Amino acid sequence: MNTFTFQQAAGAKEAAGAVASRPGAMFLAGGTTLVDLMKVDVLRPDTVVDVRLPGLSSIDVTERGIAIGAAVTNSELAWHPVVRDRLPLLSEAILSGATTQIRNMATVAGNILQRTRCPYFRDVHASCNRRQPGSGCDALDGFNRGHAVLGVSDHCIATHPSDMCVAMAVLDAEVHTIRANGTARSIPFGQFHKAPGNTPHVEVALAHGELITHIVVPYLPAGRRSHFLKVRDRASYEFALAAAAVVLDLDGDTIRAARLGLGGIATRPWRATDAERILTGRKATDDAFRKAAEMALAGAVAREHNGFKIELAKRTIVRAFAIARDARV
Amino acid sequence: MFDLLQTYNPIYSRRKFVLRSNHSGSGSSDPVNTTLRVNGRTHELSIDSRLTLLDTLRDVLGLTGTKKGCDQGACGACTVIVDSQRVLSCLTLAAANEGRDVVTIEGLSTNGELHPMQAAFLHCDGFQCGYCTPGQILSAVCTVQEVHAGVPSHVTRDVRQTVDSATLTDEEIRERMSGNLCRCGAYPNIVAAVRQVLSAS
Repeated sequence: MNTFTFQQAAGAKEAAGAVASRPGAMFLAGGTTLVDLMKVDVLRPDTVVDVRLPGLSSIDVTERGIAIGAAVTNSELAWHPVVRDRLPLLSEAILSGATTQIRNMATVAGNILQRTRCPYFRDVHASCNRRQPGSGCDALDGFNRGHAVLGVSDHCIATHPSDMCVAMAVLDAEVHTIRANGTARSIPFGQFHKAPGNTPHVEVALAHGELITHIVVPYLPAGRRSHFLKVRDRASYEFALAAAAVVLDLDGDTIRAARLGLGGIATRPWRATDAERILTGRKATDDAFRKAAEMALAGAVAREHNGFKIELAKRTIVRAFAIARDARV
Repeated sequence: MFDLLQTYNPIYSRRKFVLRSNHSGSGSSDPVNTTLRVNGRTHELSIDSRLTLLDTLRDVLGLTGTKKGCDQGACGACTVIVDSQRVLSCLTLAAANEGRDVVTIEGLSTNGELHPMQAAFLHCDGFQCGYCTPGQILSAVCTVQEVHAGVPSHVTRDVRQTVDSATLTDEEIRERMSGNLCRCGAYPNIVAAVRQVLSAS
Protein backbone atom coordinates (compact mmCIF):
# COMPACT_ATOMS: atom_id res chain seq x y z
CA MET A 1 0.00 0.00 0.00
CA ASN A 2 1.34 3.46 -0.85
CA THR A 3 1.32 6.23 1.73
CA PHE A 4 -1.57 8.65 1.84
CA THR A 5 -3.07 11.41 3.93
CA PHE A 6 -6.25 10.49 5.78
CA GLN A 7 -8.84 13.26 5.97
CA GLN A 8 -12.21 13.56 7.60
CA ALA A 9 -14.52 16.06 5.90
CA ALA A 10 -16.96 18.33 7.73
CA GLY A 11 -19.68 17.90 5.11
CA ALA A 12 -20.46 16.75 1.58
CA LYS A 13 -19.38 19.98 -0.11
CA GLU A 14 -16.13 20.07 1.85
CA ALA A 15 -15.44 16.44 0.95
CA ALA A 16 -16.07 17.17 -2.73
CA GLY A 17 -13.69 20.13 -2.49
CA ALA A 18 -10.98 18.08 -0.79
CA VAL A 19 -11.03 15.47 -3.55
CA ALA A 20 -11.52 17.92 -6.44
CA SER A 21 -8.42 19.90 -5.44
CA ARG A 22 -6.09 16.87 -5.73
CA PRO A 23 -5.97 14.62 -8.81
CA GLY A 24 -4.73 11.74 -6.63
CA ALA A 25 -7.42 12.01 -3.95
CA MET A 26 -10.28 9.54 -3.51
CA PHE A 27 -13.42 9.26 -1.42
CA LEU A 28 -13.47 6.50 1.21
CA ALA A 29 -16.77 5.08 2.47
CA GLY A 30 -17.13 1.50 3.77
CA GLY A 31 -13.69 0.51 2.48
CA THR A 32 -14.71 -2.87 1.09
CA THR A 33 -13.57 -1.86 -2.40
CA LEU A 34 -11.02 0.89 -1.81
CA VAL A 35 -9.03 -0.61 1.09
CA ASP A 36 -9.04 -3.99 -0.68
CA LEU A 37 -7.69 -2.53 -3.94
CA MET A 38 -5.16 -0.31 -2.13
CA LYS A 39 -3.66 -3.40 -0.51
CA VAL A 40 -2.95 -4.93 -3.93
CA ASP A 41 -1.68 -1.61 -5.34
CA VAL A 42 -4.45 -1.35 -7.94
CA LEU A 43 -5.58 1.95 -6.40
CA ARG A 44 -2.92 4.32 -5.09
CA PRO A 45 -4.59 7.49 -3.78
CA ASP A 46 -2.34 10.15 -2.18
CA THR A 47 -5.27 11.44 -0.12
CA VAL A 48 -8.24 9.54 1.25
CA VAL A 49 -11.31 11.52 2.30
CA ASP A 50 -13.72 9.72 4.65
CA VAL A 51 -17.30 10.44 3.56
CA ARG A 52 -19.29 8.38 6.06
CA LEU A 53 -20.96 11.62 7.10
CA PRO A 54 -24.02 11.91 9.39
CA GLY A 55 -25.75 14.06 6.75
CA LEU A 56 -25.49 11.24 4.18
CA SER A 57 -26.61 8.41 6.45
CA SER A 58 -30.40 8.43 6.54
CA ILE A 59 -33.20 6.84 4.53
CA ASP A 60 -36.02 9.30 3.92
CA VAL A 61 -39.41 7.80 3.16
CA THR A 62 -41.77 9.86 1.01
CA GLU A 63 -45.10 9.13 -0.68
CA ARG A 64 -43.48 8.49 -4.06
CA GLY A 65 -40.42 6.56 -2.99
CA ILE A 66 -37.32 6.58 -0.82
CA ALA A 67 -34.23 8.79 -0.77
CA ILE A 68 -31.24 6.79 0.37
CA GLY A 69 -28.26 8.66 1.81
CA ALA A 70 -25.01 7.75 0.05
CA ALA A 71 -23.43 6.48 3.29
CA VAL A 72 -26.36 4.26 4.28
CA THR A 73 -25.03 0.71 4.54
CA ASN A 74 -26.27 -2.13 2.37
CA SER A 75 -27.66 -3.84 5.48
CA GLU A 76 -29.57 -0.77 6.64
CA LEU A 77 -31.18 -0.49 3.23
CA ALA A 78 -32.00 -4.19 2.81
CA TRP A 79 -33.43 -4.46 6.34
CA HIS A 80 -35.43 -1.22 6.26
CA PRO A 81 -39.12 -2.06 6.87
CA VAL A 82 -40.41 0.21 4.08
CA VAL A 83 -37.89 -1.15 1.56
CA ARG A 84 -38.87 -4.73 2.44
CA ASP A 85 -42.55 -3.87 2.16
CA ARG A 86 -42.63 -1.57 -0.89
CA LEU A 87 -39.41 -2.50 -2.75
CA PRO A 88 -38.79 -6.16 -1.90
CA LEU A 89 -36.81 -6.56 -5.16
CA LEU A 90 -34.19 -4.18 -3.77
CA SER A 91 -33.93 -6.04 -0.44
CA GLU A 92 -33.67 -9.39 -2.24
CA ALA A 93 -30.93 -8.16 -4.55
CA ILE A 94 -28.84 -6.72 -1.72
CA LEU A 95 -29.26 -9.77 0.54
CA SER A 96 -28.09 -12.05 -2.28
CA GLY A 97 -24.70 -10.32 -2.40
CA ALA A 98 -21.62 -10.64 -0.16
CA THR A 99 -22.09 -11.41 3.56
CA THR A 100 -23.63 -9.66 6.54
CA GLN A 101 -20.20 -8.35 7.63
CA ILE A 102 -19.57 -6.81 4.23
CA ARG A 103 -23.11 -5.48 3.85
CA ASN A 104 -22.74 -3.86 7.30
CA MET A 105 -19.69 -1.96 6.03
CA ALA A 106 -20.37 -1.32 2.35
CA THR A 107 -22.37 1.81 1.62
CA VAL A 108 -25.02 2.22 -1.06
CA ALA A 109 -22.96 4.74 -3.05
CA GLY A 110 -19.92 2.50 -2.64
CA ASN A 111 -21.90 -0.42 -4.02
CA ILE A 112 -22.83 1.67 -7.08
CA LEU A 113 -19.16 2.63 -7.52
CA GLN A 114 -17.63 -0.78 -6.78
CA ARG A 115 -14.98 -1.94 -9.21
CA THR A 116 -14.98 -5.11 -11.26
CA ARG A 117 -13.79 -8.41 -9.78
CA CYS A 118 -11.94 -9.30 -13.01
CA PRO A 119 -8.77 -11.03 -11.76
CA TYR A 120 -6.68 -9.24 -14.41
CA PHE A 121 -7.90 -5.88 -13.14
CA ARG A 122 -6.89 -6.90 -9.62
CA ASP A 123 -3.39 -8.09 -10.63
CA VAL A 124 -0.96 -5.24 -11.30
CA HIS A 125 1.26 -7.60 -13.30
CA ALA A 126 -1.49 -8.30 -15.85
CA SER A 127 -2.54 -6.15 -18.79
CA CYS A 128 -5.79 -4.31 -18.19
CA ASN A 129 -7.18 -1.38 -20.18
CA ARG A 130 -9.48 -0.51 -17.31
CA ARG A 131 -6.63 -0.19 -14.80
CA GLN A 132 -3.99 1.09 -17.23
CA PRO A 133 -5.44 2.51 -20.47
CA GLY A 134 -3.78 1.13 -23.59
CA SER A 135 -2.02 -1.77 -21.85
CA GLY A 136 -4.27 -4.44 -23.41
CA CYS A 137 -6.72 -6.95 -21.96
CA ASP A 138 -5.44 -10.28 -20.66
CA ALA A 139 -9.00 -11.49 -20.12
CA LEU A 140 -9.84 -11.64 -23.85
CA ASP A 141 -7.72 -14.75 -24.39
CA GLY A 142 -7.17 -15.66 -20.75
CA PHE A 143 -9.34 -17.46 -18.22
CA ASN A 144 -12.63 -15.68 -18.86
CA ARG A 145 -15.27 -17.99 -17.39
CA GLY A 146 -16.62 -15.23 -15.15
CA HIS A 147 -16.57 -12.52 -17.77
CA ALA A 148 -19.33 -10.61 -19.50
CA VAL A 149 -21.16 -11.49 -22.72
CA LEU A 150 -23.22 -8.28 -23.02
CA GLY A 151 -21.85 -4.76 -23.46
CA VAL A 152 -18.37 -6.05 -24.20
CA SER A 153 -15.74 -4.53 -26.48
CA ASP A 154 -12.37 -5.55 -27.91
CA HIS A 155 -10.79 -3.64 -25.04
CA CYS A 156 -12.60 -5.02 -21.99
CA ILE A 157 -14.99 -7.82 -21.04
CA ALA A 158 -15.03 -7.26 -17.27
CA THR A 159 -18.30 -8.07 -15.51
CA HIS A 160 -20.02 -5.47 -13.36
CA PRO A 161 -20.24 -7.30 -10.01
CA SER A 162 -23.18 -5.63 -8.26
CA ASP A 163 -26.53 -7.31 -7.57
CA MET A 164 -28.04 -4.18 -6.00
CA CYS A 165 -27.33 -2.13 -9.13
CA VAL A 166 -29.36 -4.54 -11.28
CA ALA A 167 -32.38 -3.95 -9.05
CA MET A 168 -31.79 -0.20 -9.08
CA ALA A 169 -31.61 -0.19 -12.87
CA VAL A 170 -34.96 -1.98 -13.06
CA LEU A 171 -36.50 0.33 -10.46
CA ASP A 172 -35.52 3.48 -12.41
CA ALA A 173 -33.40 4.91 -9.59
CA GLU A 174 -31.73 8.30 -9.84
CA VAL A 175 -28.26 9.13 -8.53
CA HIS A 176 -27.89 12.60 -6.98
CA THR A 177 -24.49 14.28 -6.73
CA ILE A 178 -22.83 17.45 -5.50
CA ARG A 179 -19.62 19.21 -6.53
CA ALA A 180 -17.22 21.46 -4.64
CA ASN A 181 -18.92 24.62 -5.98
CA GLY A 182 -22.26 23.39 -4.64
CA THR A 183 -23.68 22.35 -8.04
CA ALA A 184 -26.07 19.44 -7.62
CA ARG A 185 -27.44 17.20 -10.38
CA SER A 186 -29.30 13.94 -10.76
CA ILE A 187 -28.28 11.16 -13.15
CA PRO A 188 -30.77 8.49 -14.30
CA PHE A 189 -29.44 5.08 -13.26
CA GLY A 190 -29.36 3.85 -16.85
CA GLN A 191 -26.93 6.62 -17.77
CA PHE A 192 -24.69 6.29 -14.74
CA HIS A 193 -22.51 3.28 -15.67
CA LYS A 194 -20.62 3.25 -18.97
CA ALA A 195 -20.01 0.24 -21.21
CA PRO A 196 -16.25 -0.11 -21.83
CA GLY A 197 -16.17 0.65 -25.59
CA ASN A 198 -12.83 2.26 -26.46
CA THR A 199 -12.44 3.78 -22.99
CA PRO A 200 -12.82 1.00 -20.39
CA HIS A 201 -11.19 3.22 -17.74
CA VAL A 202 -14.21 5.56 -17.90
CA GLU A 203 -16.62 3.58 -15.73
CA VAL A 204 -19.19 6.10 -14.50
CA ALA A 205 -20.67 9.48 -15.37
CA LEU A 206 -18.98 11.31 -12.49
CA ALA A 207 -16.37 14.06 -12.67
CA HIS A 208 -13.36 13.85 -10.35
CA GLY A 209 -14.45 15.19 -6.99
CA GLU A 210 -18.16 14.80 -7.73
CA LEU A 211 -19.74 13.15 -4.69
CA ILE A 212 -22.88 11.03 -4.60
CA THR A 213 -25.18 12.44 -1.90
CA HIS A 214 -28.23 10.21 -2.24
CA ILE A 215 -30.14 7.84 -4.50
CA VAL A 216 -33.86 8.18 -5.12
CA VAL A 217 -35.84 5.01 -5.80
CA PRO A 218 -39.53 5.39 -6.73
CA TYR A 219 -41.97 2.75 -5.51
CA LEU A 220 -43.44 0.30 -7.96
CA PRO A 221 -47.17 0.86 -8.48
CA ALA A 222 -49.37 -1.35 -6.29
CA GLY A 223 -49.88 -4.93 -7.42
CA ARG A 224 -46.59 -5.33 -9.27
CA ARG A 225 -44.90 -8.70 -8.94
CA SER A 226 -41.11 -8.80 -8.76
CA HIS A 227 -38.30 -11.23 -8.15
CA PHE A 228 -34.51 -11.26 -8.00
CA LEU A 229 -32.91 -14.55 -9.01
CA LYS A 230 -29.17 -15.09 -8.72
CA VAL A 231 -27.31 -18.16 -10.01
CA ARG A 232 -23.77 -18.77 -8.79
CA ASP A 233 -21.10 -21.39 -8.16
CA ARG A 234 -21.90 -21.76 -4.45
CA ALA A 235 -25.03 -21.12 -2.43
CA SER A 236 -23.80 -18.04 -0.58
CA TYR A 237 -21.08 -15.40 -0.59
CA GLU A 238 -20.35 -15.55 -4.31
CA PHE A 239 -20.74 -13.27 -7.30
CA ALA A 240 -23.41 -14.04 -9.88
CA LEU A 241 -22.80 -16.17 -12.95
CA ALA A 242 -26.16 -14.84 -14.07
CA ALA A 243 -28.82 -12.83 -12.26
CA ALA A 244 -32.19 -11.48 -13.29
CA ALA A 245 -34.30 -8.75 -11.69
CA VAL A 246 -37.85 -8.88 -13.03
CA VAL A 247 -41.06 -6.92 -12.54
CA LEU A 248 -44.42 -8.02 -13.93
CA ASP A 249 -47.66 -6.07 -14.23
CA LEU A 250 -50.37 -8.65 -14.94
CA ASP A 251 -53.97 -8.29 -16.01
CA GLY A 252 -55.24 -11.80 -15.36
CA ASP A 253 -52.73 -13.89 -17.29
CA THR A 254 -51.86 -11.13 -19.74
CA ILE A 255 -48.76 -9.01 -19.34
CA ARG A 256 -49.55 -5.28 -19.22
CA ALA A 257 -45.86 -4.38 -18.73
CA ALA A 258 -42.61 -6.09 -17.78
CA ARG A 259 -39.19 -5.00 -16.67
CA LEU A 260 -35.97 -7.03 -16.94
CA GLY A 261 -32.52 -6.34 -15.51
CA LEU A 262 -29.49 -8.61 -15.83
CA GLY A 263 -26.38 -9.09 -13.71
CA GLY A 264 -23.29 -11.28 -13.80
CA ILE A 265 -23.21 -11.32 -17.60
CA ALA A 266 -22.75 -7.67 -18.57
CA THR A 267 -20.11 -4.95 -18.31
CA ARG A 268 -22.61 -2.63 -16.66
CA PRO A 269 -25.89 -3.12 -14.76
CA TRP A 270 -28.02 -4.24 -17.70
CA ARG A 271 -31.58 -3.30 -18.62
CA ALA A 272 -33.05 -5.44 -21.43
CA THR A 273 -35.62 -2.97 -22.76
CA ASP A 274 -36.21 -4.76 -26.11
CA ALA A 275 -37.10 -7.93 -24.23
CA GLU A 276 -39.40 -5.94 -21.94
CA ARG A 277 -41.26 -4.53 -24.94
CA ILE A 278 -41.98 -7.84 -26.65
CA LEU A 279 -43.64 -9.12 -23.48
CA THR A 280 -46.25 -6.36 -23.48
CA GLY A 281 -49.70 -7.76 -24.33
CA ARG A 282 -48.56 -11.40 -24.37
CA LYS A 283 -49.85 -14.19 -22.16
CA ALA A 284 -47.49 -14.74 -19.21
CA THR A 285 -46.32 -18.19 -20.35
CA ASP A 286 -42.87 -19.77 -20.10
CA ASP A 287 -42.83 -19.62 -23.91
CA ALA A 288 -43.24 -15.88 -23.89
CA PHE A 289 -40.53 -15.54 -21.24
CA ARG A 290 -38.22 -17.69 -23.37
CA LYS A 291 -38.81 -15.40 -26.36
CA ALA A 292 -37.94 -12.41 -24.20
CA ALA A 293 -34.83 -14.20 -22.97
CA GLU A 294 -33.72 -14.95 -26.55
CA MET A 295 -34.12 -11.28 -27.38
CA ALA A 296 -32.27 -10.15 -24.24
CA LEU A 297 -29.25 -12.28 -25.16
CA ALA A 298 -29.40 -11.71 -28.93
CA GLY A 299 -26.34 -9.47 -28.87
CA ALA A 300 -24.29 -11.68 -26.57
CA VAL A 301 -20.63 -12.29 -27.49
CA ALA A 302 -18.85 -15.20 -25.80
CA ARG A 303 -15.12 -15.87 -25.41
CA GLU A 304 -13.44 -19.22 -24.81
CA HIS A 305 -14.79 -20.07 -21.35
CA ASN A 306 -17.96 -18.05 -20.79
CA GLY A 307 -20.26 -19.29 -23.56
CA PHE A 308 -22.30 -21.28 -21.04
CA LYS A 309 -23.48 -18.01 -19.54
CA ILE A 310 -25.68 -17.24 -22.54
CA GLU A 311 -27.96 -20.26 -22.07
CA LEU A 312 -27.67 -19.97 -18.28
CA ALA A 313 -28.85 -16.35 -18.43
CA LYS A 314 -31.80 -17.26 -20.66
CA ARG A 315 -32.93 -19.96 -18.25
CA THR A 316 -32.41 -17.58 -15.31
CA ILE A 317 -34.68 -15.04 -17.00
CA VAL A 318 -37.45 -17.58 -17.68
CA ARG A 319 -37.25 -18.92 -14.11
CA ALA A 320 -37.29 -15.42 -12.56
CA PHE A 321 -40.35 -14.35 -14.57
CA ALA A 322 -42.12 -17.62 -13.78
CA ILE A 323 -41.48 -17.21 -10.04
CA ALA A 324 -42.80 -13.64 -10.16
CA ARG A 325 -45.87 -14.76 -12.14
CA ASP A 326 -46.68 -17.59 -9.72
CA ALA A 327 -46.05 -15.61 -6.52
CA ARG A 328 -48.91 -14.52 -4.36
CA VAL A 329 -49.17 -10.74 -4.38
CA MET B 1 6.40 -5.95 12.57
CA PHE B 2 4.71 -6.88 9.34
CA ASP B 3 7.48 -9.26 8.33
CA LEU B 4 7.04 -11.14 11.59
CA LEU B 5 3.29 -11.24 11.13
CA GLN B 6 3.58 -12.69 7.66
CA THR B 7 6.23 -15.20 8.66
CA TYR B 8 3.82 -16.65 11.16
CA ASN B 9 0.90 -16.72 8.77
CA PRO B 10 1.04 -19.57 6.25
CA ILE B 11 -1.90 -18.19 4.28
CA TYR B 12 0.36 -15.32 3.24
CA SER B 13 2.94 -17.36 1.40
CA ARG B 14 1.94 -16.39 -2.15
CA ARG B 15 1.48 -12.67 -1.54
CA LYS B 16 4.23 -12.21 1.02
CA PHE B 17 6.61 -10.25 -1.17
CA VAL B 18 4.00 -7.88 -2.55
CA LEU B 19 2.81 -6.98 0.91
CA ARG B 20 6.30 -6.63 2.28
CA SER B 21 7.30 -4.19 -0.43
CA ASN B 22 4.03 -2.32 0.05
CA HIS B 23 4.77 -1.68 3.66
CA SER B 24 8.44 -0.82 3.40
CA GLY B 25 9.08 0.45 -0.07
CA SER B 26 6.74 3.39 -0.62
CA GLY B 27 8.38 6.17 1.36
CA SER B 28 7.76 7.27 4.90
CA SER B 29 4.48 6.66 6.63
CA ASP B 30 1.94 9.40 7.12
CA PRO B 31 0.83 9.30 10.77
CA VAL B 32 -2.71 10.05 11.78
CA ASN B 33 -3.98 10.83 15.26
CA THR B 34 -7.04 8.88 16.17
CA THR B 35 -8.99 7.79 19.22
CA LEU B 36 -10.19 4.18 19.31
CA ARG B 37 -12.58 2.75 21.88
CA VAL B 38 -11.98 -0.98 22.18
CA ASN B 39 -13.76 -3.23 24.68
CA GLY B 40 -14.74 -0.15 26.68
CA ARG B 41 -11.21 1.28 26.87
CA THR B 42 -10.20 4.46 25.06
CA HIS B 43 -6.85 4.57 23.25
CA GLU B 44 -5.25 7.78 21.94
CA LEU B 45 -3.10 6.66 19.03
CA SER B 46 -0.73 8.16 16.53
CA ILE B 47 -0.50 5.51 13.84
CA ASP B 48 0.41 4.99 10.20
CA SER B 49 -2.65 5.99 8.15
CA ARG B 50 -2.31 2.69 6.24
CA LEU B 51 -3.03 0.56 9.29
CA THR B 52 -6.23 -1.40 9.13
CA LEU B 53 -8.32 -1.87 12.25
CA LEU B 54 -7.13 -5.50 12.25
CA ASP B 55 -3.41 -4.65 12.29
CA THR B 56 -4.00 -1.94 14.88
CA LEU B 57 -5.83 -4.32 17.21
CA ARG B 58 -3.17 -6.99 16.89
CA ASP B 59 0.11 -5.12 16.54
CA VAL B 60 -0.51 -1.80 18.28
CA LEU B 61 -2.94 -2.79 21.04
CA GLY B 62 -1.74 -6.39 21.45
CA LEU B 63 -5.24 -7.83 21.09
CA THR B 64 -4.26 -10.91 19.11
CA GLY B 65 -7.58 -12.68 19.59
CA THR B 66 -8.72 -11.13 16.32
CA LYS B 67 -7.19 -13.31 13.59
CA LYS B 68 -5.70 -12.43 10.22
CA GLY B 69 -6.74 -15.04 7.67
CA CYS B 70 -6.95 -13.83 4.08
CA ASP B 71 -6.58 -10.09 4.79
CA GLN B 72 -8.83 -9.37 1.81
CA GLY B 73 -12.37 -9.78 3.07
CA ALA B 74 -12.91 -13.37 2.01
CA CYS B 75 -12.67 -15.48 5.18
CA GLY B 76 -14.23 -13.65 8.16
CA ALA B 77 -11.48 -14.58 10.66
CA CYS B 78 -10.98 -10.88 11.43
CA THR B 79 -14.65 -10.23 12.28
CA VAL B 80 -15.17 -7.72 15.11
CA ILE B 81 -18.24 -5.82 16.30
CA VAL B 82 -18.28 -2.08 15.59
CA ASP B 83 -21.21 -0.02 16.90
CA SER B 84 -23.16 -3.27 17.47
CA GLN B 85 -22.64 -4.50 13.88
CA ARG B 86 -20.27 -7.26 12.78
CA VAL B 87 -17.68 -6.04 10.29
CA LEU B 88 -14.38 -7.19 8.76
CA SER B 89 -11.51 -5.45 10.53
CA CYS B 90 -9.14 -6.18 7.62
CA LEU B 91 -11.11 -3.98 5.19
CA THR B 92 -11.45 -0.89 7.34
CA LEU B 93 -8.74 1.63 8.18
CA ALA B 94 -8.24 2.15 11.91
CA ALA B 95 -8.55 5.91 11.46
CA ALA B 96 -11.96 5.48 9.85
CA ASN B 97 -13.26 4.05 13.15
CA GLU B 98 -12.65 7.06 15.34
CA GLY B 99 -15.41 7.50 17.89
CA ARG B 100 -16.89 4.08 17.20
CA ASP B 101 -17.29 1.29 19.74
CA VAL B 102 -15.19 -1.76 18.90
CA VAL B 103 -15.72 -5.13 20.58
CA THR B 104 -13.22 -7.95 20.04
CA ILE B 105 -13.26 -11.52 21.35
CA GLU B 106 -11.26 -10.30 24.38
CA GLY B 107 -14.16 -8.03 25.33
CA LEU B 108 -16.96 -10.57 25.12
CA SER B 109 -16.86 -12.16 28.57
CA THR B 110 -17.96 -10.24 31.67
CA ASN B 111 -16.21 -10.61 35.04
CA GLY B 112 -14.60 -13.84 33.95
CA GLU B 113 -17.94 -15.35 32.87
CA LEU B 114 -17.97 -16.63 29.32
CA HIS B 115 -20.49 -15.07 26.97
CA PRO B 116 -23.30 -17.59 26.29
CA MET B 117 -22.03 -17.98 22.72
CA GLN B 118 -18.51 -18.80 23.92
CA ALA B 119 -20.00 -21.38 26.31
CA ALA B 120 -22.13 -22.81 23.47
CA PHE B 121 -19.09 -23.21 21.19
CA LEU B 122 -17.35 -25.15 23.99
CA HIS B 123 -20.44 -27.23 24.76
CA CYS B 124 -21.13 -28.06 21.08
CA ASP B 125 -17.46 -28.50 20.15
CA GLY B 126 -17.81 -25.78 17.51
CA PHE B 127 -14.16 -25.76 16.44
CA GLN B 128 -11.10 -27.83 15.77
CA CYS B 129 -7.94 -25.76 15.23
CA GLY B 130 -9.60 -22.62 16.63
CA TYR B 131 -8.17 -20.10 14.18
CA CYS B 132 -11.53 -18.96 12.80
CA THR B 133 -13.25 -19.25 16.19
CA PRO B 134 -13.03 -15.66 17.49
CA GLY B 135 -14.55 -14.42 14.23
CA GLN B 136 -17.14 -17.21 14.25
CA ILE B 137 -18.21 -16.40 17.81
CA LEU B 138 -18.52 -12.64 17.24
CA SER B 139 -20.42 -13.28 14.02
CA ALA B 140 -22.69 -15.75 15.82
CA VAL B 141 -23.42 -13.22 18.58
CA CYS B 142 -24.59 -10.76 15.94
CA THR B 143 -26.53 -13.46 14.08
CA VAL B 144 -28.60 -14.02 17.22
CA GLN B 145 -29.17 -10.27 17.61
CA GLU B 146 -30.24 -10.00 13.96
CA VAL B 147 -32.68 -12.89 14.30
CA HIS B 148 -34.16 -11.32 17.42
CA ALA B 149 -34.53 -8.08 15.43
CA GLY B 150 -36.50 -10.13 12.89
CA VAL B 151 -34.52 -9.08 9.81
CA PRO B 152 -34.52 -11.34 6.73
CA SER B 153 -31.62 -13.08 4.99
CA HIS B 154 -31.12 -14.25 1.41
CA VAL B 155 -32.89 -17.56 2.15
CA THR B 156 -35.89 -16.01 3.92
CA ARG B 157 -38.85 -16.99 1.76
CA ASP B 158 -40.38 -13.52 1.74
CA VAL B 159 -38.37 -10.46 2.82
CA ARG B 160 -41.63 -8.86 3.95
CA GLN B 161 -41.90 -11.48 6.70
CA THR B 162 -40.34 -11.12 10.14
CA VAL B 163 -38.21 -14.11 11.09
CA ASP B 164 -38.17 -15.52 14.61
CA SER B 165 -35.85 -17.84 16.48
CA ALA B 166 -38.46 -20.56 17.05
CA THR B 167 -39.00 -21.26 13.35
CA LEU B 168 -35.54 -20.38 12.06
CA THR B 169 -34.15 -23.17 9.86
CA ASP B 170 -30.59 -24.47 9.83
CA GLU B 171 -30.42 -23.16 6.27
CA GLU B 172 -31.04 -19.68 7.69
CA ILE B 173 -28.25 -20.07 10.26
CA ARG B 174 -25.85 -21.31 7.57
CA GLU B 175 -26.68 -18.41 5.25
CA ARG B 176 -26.33 -15.85 8.03
CA MET B 177 -22.96 -17.34 9.07
CA SER B 178 -21.65 -17.76 5.51
CA GLY B 179 -19.14 -14.93 5.91
CA ASN B 180 -17.06 -17.04 8.29
CA LEU B 181 -15.11 -19.86 6.70
CA CYS B 182 -13.86 -22.84 8.71
CA ARG B 183 -11.24 -24.96 6.96
CA CYS B 184 -11.59 -27.67 9.61
CA GLY B 185 -15.24 -27.99 8.62
CA ALA B 186 -16.73 -27.54 12.07
CA TYR B 187 -19.89 -26.13 10.50
CA PRO B 188 -22.45 -28.63 11.88
CA ASN B 189 -21.31 -27.94 15.43
CA ILE B 190 -21.17 -24.18 14.82
CA VAL B 191 -24.79 -24.32 13.63
CA ALA B 192 -25.61 -26.30 16.80
CA ALA B 193 -23.95 -23.66 18.99
CA VAL B 194 -25.90 -20.83 17.35
CA ARG B 195 -29.09 -22.88 17.66
CA GLN B 196 -28.40 -23.48 21.37
CA VAL B 197 -28.09 -19.74 22.11
CA LEU B 198 -31.11 -18.92 19.92
CA SER B 199 -33.23 -21.44 21.83
CA ALA B 200 -32.06 -20.21 25.23
CA SER B 201 -32.61 -16.51 24.61
